[in-house]
Amino acid sequence: MTLAADRLTLPKRLDSVSLELEPGCITAICGPNGAGKSSLLQVLAGLLDPASGTVLLEGEPMAALSPRERAKRIGYLPQDPVVAWDVAVRSLIALGRLPHRDRGTQQVQAALAMLELQRLADRPVSQLSGGERARALLARVVAGEPQWLLADEPLAALDLRHRMEIVGHLKRLSAAGVGVVLVVHDLDLARNHADHVIVLDRGRLAASAAPDEALSSETINRVWQVRGEWHGPPGKQAFALAG
Amino acid sequence: MNRATLILLGLLLVAVPLSLLAGRVWIDPANTPNAALILAELRLPRAVLAVVIGAGLGAAGAAMQGYLRNPLADPGLFGIAPGAALGAVASFWLGYQAPGSFFGTWALPLMALVGAGGAMALLALIAGRTGGIALFTLAGLMIASLAGTLTSLAISMAPNAFAMSEIVSWLMGALTDRSWRDVWVAAPLTAAGIGLLALLGRDLDALILGDAAARSLGMDERRVLWLLIGGIGLTVGSGVAVAGIIGFVGLIVPHLVRPLTDRRPSQLILPSALAGALLVLVADSLVRILPLVTELRLGIALSLIGAPFFLWLLLRMRRGTGGWLA
Repeated sequence: MTLAADRLTLPKRLDSVSLELEPGCITAICGPNGAGKSSLLQVLAGLLDPASGTVLLEGEPMAALSPRERAKRIGYLPQDPVVAWDVAVRSLIALGRLPHRDRGTQQVQAALAMLELQRLADRPVSQLSGGERARALLARVVAGEPQWLLADEPLAALDLRHRMEIVGHLKRLSAAGVGVVLVVHDLDLARNHADHVIVLDRGRLAASAAPDEALSSETINRVWQVRGEWHGPPGKQAFALAG
Repeated sequence: MNRATLILLGLLLVAVPLSLLAGRVWIDPANTPNAALILAELRLPRAVLAVVIGAGLGAAGAAMQGYLRNPLADPGLFGIAPGAALGAVASFWLGYQAPGSFFGTWALPLMALVGAGGAMALLALIAGRTGGIALFTLAGLMIASLAGTLTSLAISMAPNAFAMSEIVSWLMGALTDRSWRDVWVAAPLTAAGIGLLALLGRDLDALILGDAAARSLGMDERRVLWLLIGGIGLTVGSGVAVAGIIGFVGLIVPHLVRPLTDRRPSQLILPSALAGALLVLVADSLVRILPLVTELRLGIALSLIGAPFFLWLLLRMRRGTGGWLA
């Protein structure tokens, strides 16, 4: 059930990145701007072909899967998601069923319930608040019942409360066995809430370990070129810059 | 079948018989002399042609707006209509319009189809490999501009004044004096084109979420592009081949239909075909009824309706009353 990458290389973006991700946990991909986080996520999602190297989904090369088969197993939430037409929340969520070619009434209903959107099911997307919209877009992926959920900075545009709300939903998904992989800028969030952290530095794998180890003060200082350290008790740690 | 399809089908069933009777001379089937002949050989092919061309343009407009995720997109953007017009104009220019000869009968539609096919092939050649929307649109605009320029060149070099006026008036688009032959040229090709566009429904729905998310939902970009080029080429190309350039239908119709649907592009293609058919049929009946010395050209009439509609869209957008999303 693993999602693995073997020596992925993309000119100027990724340099021989190998890793293995486990389902049922939250993996955070961290790194400074331009480190190749989004590229790595897109390659793992099968949306970008690496120049060399392979992605293996349950031991099978991703390239061998048809786009539809891949879409059934991997849900992807892009950075800055758009909704081009003002569809109702229910129709938006039902788009997650496209690879399955069914209406998926039950799955759509379950996704509405899980993300507490039943009340808004018939409301046009344009009338949602930022937090509601983020929940609806996540529900779209959930309705597809993927084994893996890959999201590119799903928390970036959200305020603190909505951020924690989405993190809560992602934790519930991972507890249900889904492999959740997130590109995250917020190091506190990655350290306190992820189960595994991958740190990229200029296209190379700088660390892939448990959060405490991958996001140690030394690694952060080296990769982000800052000076600072962690404060606070486990689970509520905050990284503070020195001086 | 959704609500919009049912409503529009009902309206079309009422409009077709009415349009058969409407004209400068209203036909009373019981009393008008030669009523049966006029209906069978003049009015019916014209009505069928209006339905066919309108359906093609409506479906093409809905597919274009869905693909480009832009409510201002129009099938004319891809350069296929100008390409077809260039082919048609070339047939005039080459003097193949001699009545009675084989070329006189078939040169215009055939060369228009060749022109549409050429524009489609060029579009596929430039943008088909990568499938990016921006490259595709720009390539379409350039082809439209090139075909337009070559058409102007052909007009300016027309062998005589009569040929020039013939070309210019044909370009304005009309359904006057069309026969069953034109129906047999346009109907099968348009039907095939609408069929190809209907196959795009799921992919256009996926595109609501943007390019990357659509691909993550299993959309095959190149398949979408080929279906779109084929579908638009067949519907628009065959329309221009028999009726000249009829603008704005593809732009207006999806806007009229959208509020009747749940706004997913897949739900818009068939109702837009029906609404396009209805719009062109009604407009063509109106230009016949209007008491003018010479019949108003259908292409001009639709542009007279279309341009103010476009302006109204822009104003609504400026006021921010859901313009882009409406």
